[in-house]
Amino acid sequence: MKEQLELILKQGLEEISSATVKDELENARIKFLGKKGALTQILRSMGSLSAEERPVLGQLANEVREKLTSSIDEAAAHIEAKAAELKMASETIDVTLPGEKMELGKKHPLTIVLDEIYDIFSSMGFSIVNGPEVELDYYNFEALNIPKNHPARDTQDTFYINDNIVLRTQTSPVQVRTMEQQKPPIRIIAPGRVYRSDAVDATHSPVFHQIEGLVVDKGITMGDLKGTLEVFAKQLYGNDTVVRFRPHHFPFTEPSAEMDVMCFKCGGKGCRLCKGEGWIEILGCGMVHPGVLRNCGIDPEVYSGFAFGVGLERIVMRRFNIDDMRQLFENDLRFLKQF
Amino acid sequence: MIMPYKWLNDYVKISASPKEYSDRMTMTGSKVEGWEEVGKEIENVVCGRVISIVKHPDADKLVICSIDVGKDEPVQIVTGATNLKEGDLVPAALHPAKLPGGVVIKKTKMRGVDSNGMLCSIAELGLTLHDCPYAIENGILVLPEEYGKPGDDIRTVLGLNDVVFEFEITPNRPDCLSMIGLARETSASFGLPLELPKPQIKDTHGNISDYLAVDIECPDLCPRYTAAMAEDIVIEPSPKWMRERLRDAGIRPINNIVDITNYVMLEYGQPMHAFDYSCIEDNHIIVRTSRPGEEVVTLDGQTRAVADNTLLITDPKKAIGIAGVMGGENSEITENTKRIVFESATFDGPTVRVASRRIGMRTEASGRYEKGLDCENTLPALMRACQLVEELGAGKIIGGIVDAYPIKKQQRRIKLEPERINSFIGIKVSRDEMIRDLTALGFQMDGDDILVPFWRDDVEGFADISEEIARLYGYDKIVATSFAGATTMGGLTLRQKFERAMAAACSATGFNEAKTLTFIGSKVFDQLCIPEDSDLRKTVVISNPLGEDQSMMRTTTVHSILEVMARNYNQRAPYARIFERGAVFLPMLDKYGKADMTRLPVEKDILTISLYGNGNFFTLKGCVNALLSSVDVSDYEYVPCLDNPCYHPGRCAMLETREGKRLGYVGQIHPTVAKNYGIGAEVYMAELDCDALFEMSNSEKTYTPLPKFPAVTRDLAVLCDKSVYVIQLEKAIRKGAGKHLESLEFFDVYEGAQVAEGKKSVAFALAFRSFDHTLTDAEIDSYIAKILKNLEQDCGAVIRV
Repeated sequence: MKEQLELILKQGLEEISSATVKDELENARIKFLGKKGALTQILRSMGSLSAEERPVLGQLANEVREKLTSSIDEAAAHIEAKAAELKMASETIDVTLPGEKMELGKKHPLTIVLDEIYDIFSSMGFSIVNGPEVELDYYNFEALNIPKNHPARDTQDTFYINDNIVLRTQTSPVQVRTMEQQKPPIRIIAPGRVYRSDAVDATHSPVFHQIEGLVVDKGITMGDLKGTLEVFAKQLYGNDTVVRFRPHHFPFTEPSAEMDVMCFKCGGKGCRLCKGEGWIEILGCGMVHPGVLRNCGIDPEVYSGFAFGVGLERIVMRRFNIDDMRQLFENDLRFLKQF
Repeated sequence: MIMPYKWLNDYVKISASPKEYSDRMTMTGSKVEGWEEVGKEIENVVCGRVISIVKHPDADKLVICSIDVGKDEPVQIVTGATNLKEGDLVPAALHPAKLPGGVVIKKTKMRGVDSNGMLCSIAELGLTLHDCPYAIENGILVLPEEYGKPGDDIRTVLGLNDVVFEFEITPNRPDCLSMIGLARETSASFGLPLELPKPQIKDTHGNISDYLAVDIECPDLCPRYTAAMAEDIVIEPSPKWMRERLRDAGIRPINNIVDITNYVMLEYGQPMHAFDYSCIEDNHIIVRTSRPGEEVVTLDGQTRAVADNTLLITDPKKAIGIAGVMGGENSEITENTKRIVFESATFDGPTVRVASRRIGMRTEASGRYEKGLDCENTLPALMRACQLVEELGAGKIIGGIVDAYPIKKQQRRIKLEPERINSFIGIKVSRDEMIRDLTALGFQMDGDDILVPFWRDDVEGFADISEEIARLYGYDKIVATSFAGATTMGGLTLRQKFERAMAAACSATGFNEAKTLTFIGSKVFDQLCIPEDSDLRKTVVISNPLGEDQSMMRTTTVHSILEVMARNYNQRAPYARIFERGAVFLPMLDKYGKADMTRLPVEKDILTISLYGNGNFFTLKGCVNALLSSVDVSDYEYVPCLDNPCYHPGRCAMLETREGKRLGYVGQIHPTVAKNYGIGAEVYMAELDCDALFEMSNSEKTYTPLPKFPAVTRDLAVLCDKSVYVIQLEKAIRKGAGKHLESLEFFDVYEGAQVAEGKKSVAFALAFRSFDHTLTDAEIDSYIAKILKNLEQDCGAVIRV
C-alpha cells in the first residue's frame, strides 16, 4: 500500500506539472483527489489495515494529499498568470491612434482680452456697466460738451437715426448715464460696441469696441489717472511696459491726455510699426470736464474725476499679431480656432 | 498744419535739432506728426553758368555745353534742351548726383560724346511753374542772375534746405493753425523770447470811407468785419522768399495778391480774402444770410446752390462770396484788377461749418473758421496784408480801414488758484512759476485774476488753466499715484457672472464665439422668408448708411449667424459650431403700430448658437439644456412651434417657462432659408433671450441632503398615437406620479413590427424615492395605476404588454 501511495504521488505530480490549462489541472485533481480518485480509494481501503499500519500509512496518505493539493494550487496560479498575460497581449492597442474628438469651442479674441481687462479693473474696485448702442444725441454729444455743429462731431463719422438719435460713436455716454444715476464714489468701466461711418478696410470697421473708464470722488488727481492707467498698461502688456502721457484735447475732459506705450518692436528708437515716432498711441484720457460733471448734477467744486477710453480692436490686433481688422468680424473658423 | 522751421525763426530764435524740437513740442501739447527735410532727395546739384554751346557732331537734337561750376575746369554736359544760351545760370547735376524720385545721375557718353552730368528742368528738381514762374516747363530751368553764382548748392539757391514739421492741431486750438500761434507755443515750451511782427504802413492815399461801406445784417453770425483797400495794383508773381515759404508750407503760389492773403492766413491764422473792387456794386458790402434758392458761382467756377441761412458776403445786387468758405468768381482778382478790397473778418463757426458741408467744400479758411476765430486778430492780419502789398510793390494803400465790430468782445477773467491747481493735478508748482508759464502763453495777470488772451477762447475756467500749467510743467513729471477715497465694491454683477457662465458653457459644448456686425439691409427679411407684415421688419433705420445692405439695425440675429455659417460652409468646413451674444434692436411702436423713433429702441440681449455637420436637432437641444443648467435655469419646456418662418415647421420648438413666457427658439433652419444663404447642409439654430433667462437663473444654491432610503425604479412602455408628443406623455406621468417621483427619463421610442400602424411605443424609466422611508411595492403600484389612468385619459396611451 505504501508503494501505491508513492506511485500516486509520483504520477499525480507528473500530471499536475504537465497540465497547461485549467481543465487539465481539474482533471488531474479529480483523478487523484476526487471522490472517486486514486487517493480516496486508498483511504477507503485503510479500514482493512492493522492497527499498527494504519497510523503510519494514514500519515503518509495525508502527506501525499497535502503535496498534491499544494502543487495543484501552485500550478493553478501559474496557469492563471499565464492566461492573464496572454489576454493582455491580445488586448494590445495602437496608442498612437488619435483620441476621440472632444472639441472645446474658443472664445473670440476680443472677448479674451476684454475679460482680462475686466479682471484688471475689477481688482481695482471698478464695476462694469453697460449702455445702449442706439443712443440719444444728448448723451453721445451734448452732455459731453459737444453741441450741435461742433467741429468734434463730424457727420461723416456719425451714423444718425434722426436729429436726436445716433448710433453711439463712443462709450463715453455711459459716463453721463452713470453719473446721472449714481453719486460718487464712482469707479466703473463700460465696454461695448461703438459705430463710426468708416468703410471696412484692414484698419477700419464701422462697428468696433471701446472700453470707457470713469472714476469720480473727492480729491481725485491727475496723478491718480496716471497711476491707474500705468497699472493697467503693465498688467495688460507686461511689467516692463513704458508709457508716456502727452497733452491732447477731448471736449469732455480737461486737462486731456493721450497715453502712448513705447514701441514694442523698436523700443522707442522709431520703426515702421510706430511710424518712426518710437511710441504707439493706446488710449485717450483726462480729468472729467467740470461742465460734464455739472451736466450730471455733480458739483465740480467738491468732486473731481478722471475718464479714459480704449479701443479694444487695436489692443487685440497687437496682442495676437492680427494684421487685418476684418478678420475679427468675418468669423472664419480657421481664424476663430487659433485663440 | 505744416510749419517750415526757417519761418518759425522769424519769431523765435531756436536751434534745437528737429528731433529735440518735435519731442518737446509733442510733450507740451502740439503734437508733431512728423518732420521732413525739404530737398533731401537732391544731392550734388549746383549752380552752373553756360560758357559755350556747341552742336553735337553726330546728333541733330543734342548740344554740348561747357558749364562753369565754380571749379578750375568747366564741366562738359550734353543736353537736348533748346532754351539755353551762353551766359545762362542753370542747375547742373554733377557726377554722381541724386534727384527727387530716387533718380541717380552719372557720367555717360551720349552718341559718343562724354556727358559728365545733367542740366535740370523744374520737374526734375521736383518743382512746378508755381514755384518758379520765370521758368518754362519743357526746358532747362534758367535761374535769375541774382539767385547765385557758379558752384552754389542748388538747395540753398532754391530754398530747398529747410525742415518742415507737420503738427496735429486739436480743434480747440485754431490759434495754432498759424506760424505765430506755433511760435508762441515754441517760445513757452523752450523758454525763448517771442518777437512778433508789428505791421506798419508807410504811405497811404485818400480814405477808404470814400470808397467803401460795410454793413452786417446779422452780427450774431458775423461779429466783426474789417476791410482795407489798395489801388494801382500790379498783378505779378510774388517774390522768391514768399513763394518758397508758401511752397514749404504746402500752399501753391499763385500771384502776389493771392499769395499775400495766404501768407497772412498762415502767419496769423486769420483767413483773408481779396475782392476786385470794380465788381462790388454801389461800393457797398453787406454781410447777410442767403435768400431761398440763392446761388453763388465760387472761385473754382462751380455754381453752388446755397442752403437757407448760409452766411454770404454780398453787394446790393448779388452775392460775391460764401462767408468763410470761398469767394465768388464774379469778384475774383484778375490780371486786370486795379483796386482791391481785403476782407479780414470773423464768422460764426457752426454757420461756416454747416455751409461748407452743405456745398461739400472744405477750404483752409473754412477749416479755421469752423473752430471759432478771434475777433481781435482781424485787424493785425489786415494791417499785415497791407504792409506786404506795400513791401512787395503790388499796389498803393488807401488810407484808413473799415471796421464793423458791433459788440466789442470782453476779455475773460479767471481766478488763479495755485493750491487748487496743485492738488487737482498732483504737483507742486509755485505761483510764480505758474505766472511765468501763463505769461509766456500770452495770458496777463491782474492781481489774482488771469486775463485770458482773445485767441484762447478754449480757456474757460479752472480746469483749463490747470491744463496750461500741467502741460508746460510736463505730464511726464506728474507723479503716478493710486487714489484713496472710499472703497468701492468692484467685481462682476450677478448678470455679468451669468453671461460669463453662459459663454463658458458654449465653449465647453464646442461652440466657437463669433462677433458679427449689427447692420442689416431690407433684403435680409426676404432671405429669411419673414412675412411682409412681421414686426421684425420694423427696424431702426440709419439716415446716412454706408450702403443699402447696412442701412438698418438688426431685429434678429439669425441672419448674422447664417452668414457666418455660410462663410464656413463655403470654406468647406465639414462642420461648424458657432455662438454669439449680441443685441437686437426693436423699435418702440406708436399707436398705429409703426416704429416710433422719437424714443430709443429696446436692445435685447440674444445668445444665438448654431451648428451644422456634426449633430442634429437633439444635439443642439442637448447643448441648450447643458447651457441652461450651467446657469441654473430649470422649469422650462419645449413646445412644438409650427409657424416660425425661419425654421423647419416640423423641427422647431419654442422654449418657454412653465407660465408660457417665451425664452427662445431651437430648431432646424428652414431648408429654403438655408438655401438662400447657399448652405447645403442642415443648419440648426437656437436663439435665447438672455434677459429672460437671467431672470430665471437661480444663483443661490443650497445643499440638499443625500438620500438615506433606496430608490425604486420601474420601466414603463406605453403605446399611443404617433402624433402624441413625448412631452404630453411626460406631463401625464408627472401628474399621476405624486411627490415621490424622483426622476423621469425617456429612453426609447419605437415604431414598426409588433406596433400597430399609426402607433408608437414610448418607454420611460421612472425612479421613486421618499426621503423618510423605503417605498413599498404597494405604494409604487398605486402611483403606476394613477399614471396609467392619466396616460389613457390625457393621451390615449396604454401600457404595452
